[in-house]
Amino acid sequence: MTGSRPTPRVRVAVLDYGAGNLVSIGRALEIVGAEPVVTRDAATLGGTDALVVPGVGAAAPAMARLHRRGLVRPVRAWVAAGRPLLGICLGLQLLFEGSDEDGARTLGILPGRTARLVDAPRLPHIGWNAVDQRRSHPLFEGIADGAEFYFVHSYAACPAGPGASGLVLAETSHGGRFVSALARGTLAGVQFHPERSGHDGLRLLRNFVAMAACRKAAGLEAARCSA
Amino acid sequence: MLRVRIIPCLDVAGGRVVKGTRFVNLVDEGDPPELAARYADEGADEIVYLDIAATPEGRGTLLGIVERTARRVFVPLTVGGGVRTVLEMRDVLRAGADRVSLNTAAVRDAALVRRCARRFGSQAVVVAIDARRTLPAARPARPDGDGETIEAWEVVIRGGREPVRLDALDWAVRAVSLGAGELLVTSMDRDGTRSGFDIALLRSISALVPVPVIASGGAAGPADFVAAVRDGGAAAVLAASIFHRRIHSIAEVKAAMTAAGIPVRPIPGAVA
Repeated sequence: MTGSRPTPRVRVAVLDYGAGNLVSIGRALEIVGAEPVVTRDAATLGGTDALVVPGVGAAAPAMARLHRRGLVRPVRAWVAAGRPLLGICLGLQLLFEGSDEDGARTLGILPGRTARLVDAPRLPHIGWNAVDQRRSHPLFEGIADGAEFYFVHSYAACPAGPGASGLVLAETSHGGRFVSALARGTLAGVQFHPERSGHDGLRLLRNFVAMAACRKAAGLEAARCSA
Repeated sequence: MLRVRIIPCLDVAGGRVVKGTRFVNLVDEGDPPELAARYADEGADEIVYLDIAATPEGRGTLLGIVERTARRVFVPLTVGGGVRTVLEMRDVLRAGADRVSLNTAAVRDAALVRRCARRFGSQAVVVAIDARRTLPAARPARPDGDGETIEAWEVVIRGGREPVRLDALDWAVRAVSLGAGELLVTSMDRDGTRSGFDIALLRSISALVPVPVIASGGAAGPADFVAAVRDGGAAAVLAASIFHRRIHSIAEVKAAMTAAGIPVRPIPGAVA
């Protein structure tokens, strides 16, 4: 694998706000050269360079746990400060304003809502599907357009507003099309599970860690990194 | 377009992969994470562990295996066998499984499916149905039946040892209405016989439910996988012995699928 192993080692907080599988994402981050810090504590975030918001399940219980653990404001502040964040599956959906799944009000960092997939032959959408890249981005460096990633979900985020199309990194078809990856600056989200998507999944995580490493090395001049 | 999944199933007992006939003459076939890693390299789209001992004393051992697997295998992992409560499901997920399959416990306590789906989401809950052919008369006529289906299947639990008076098609519909996000349908008539999947069973269930159906029980060769999808409506196909005994490789199965026009994920590292 073309190695841009980040130096110094990037500390990546993995937000633990539920009962999902955090073993895979933690180990995957280790393999790509980062130091994962699984945390449910806002105070721990301070010492880390990047944040991964994983997640499976429904939005309302997830938001309830984020509120209960005092994590809502720290996550918003993290993004407002321009620090690197990767939302995975539900972790991506929570970045938006609300979810049609259970009417939950979510983080509201990005404009738009989470809605049920339309025209799907079967739901949940479970399995490997092609991720069609819509623009080039460091997150997909070294990953072929149309490469397959593992999905397991029934809902997906629908970016809205003037900047919506600029957010979209990739789309996927399951009946209708939906947004399967997006980014704005150092904020990124993927609807699939890179930690369960074999070599390409690990490559995507490596790319995210490299983005964070670059920002860490360059201080706040993050713009240099994606050039 | 969504790819059809090919899933090797590993029967696990006492911390090892075992294979036997109808739960007897168990033969040690190796270390579960080791075999799972090999299958992932060979193109498995998902791995299923089935804890066939499913004893309370064996839970810790199983969780250890799940964690060791999650640390080295980066394809999805579904774990079944012996999960009876929401907390047990939580433990299996936390150890590193992506989804949990419920079987006997769900039949005995159908509300368990709902509780697990509420807590972890439908996508994490697989209901495994072991079905055996029975006399059609044992099954009441469905109001929505089109008159074509005269075959019937009953549910069996406890690893195929105990039949229950429950129609498999009715149970499939009910399990989905309670929140199952996928059904793993095993024909007990075909399981271990290598005489092909029970296509009528698969077709009947996949036509009744909106969630994906995994075909299981009876795979002999690549043509059976093709039939399970094309004729049975399966979204994924599971097999054990033909992979374990290296009678056929995942690559052979995927090549047959591709030739039949069924979309599959290429083998990692293979030239497209």
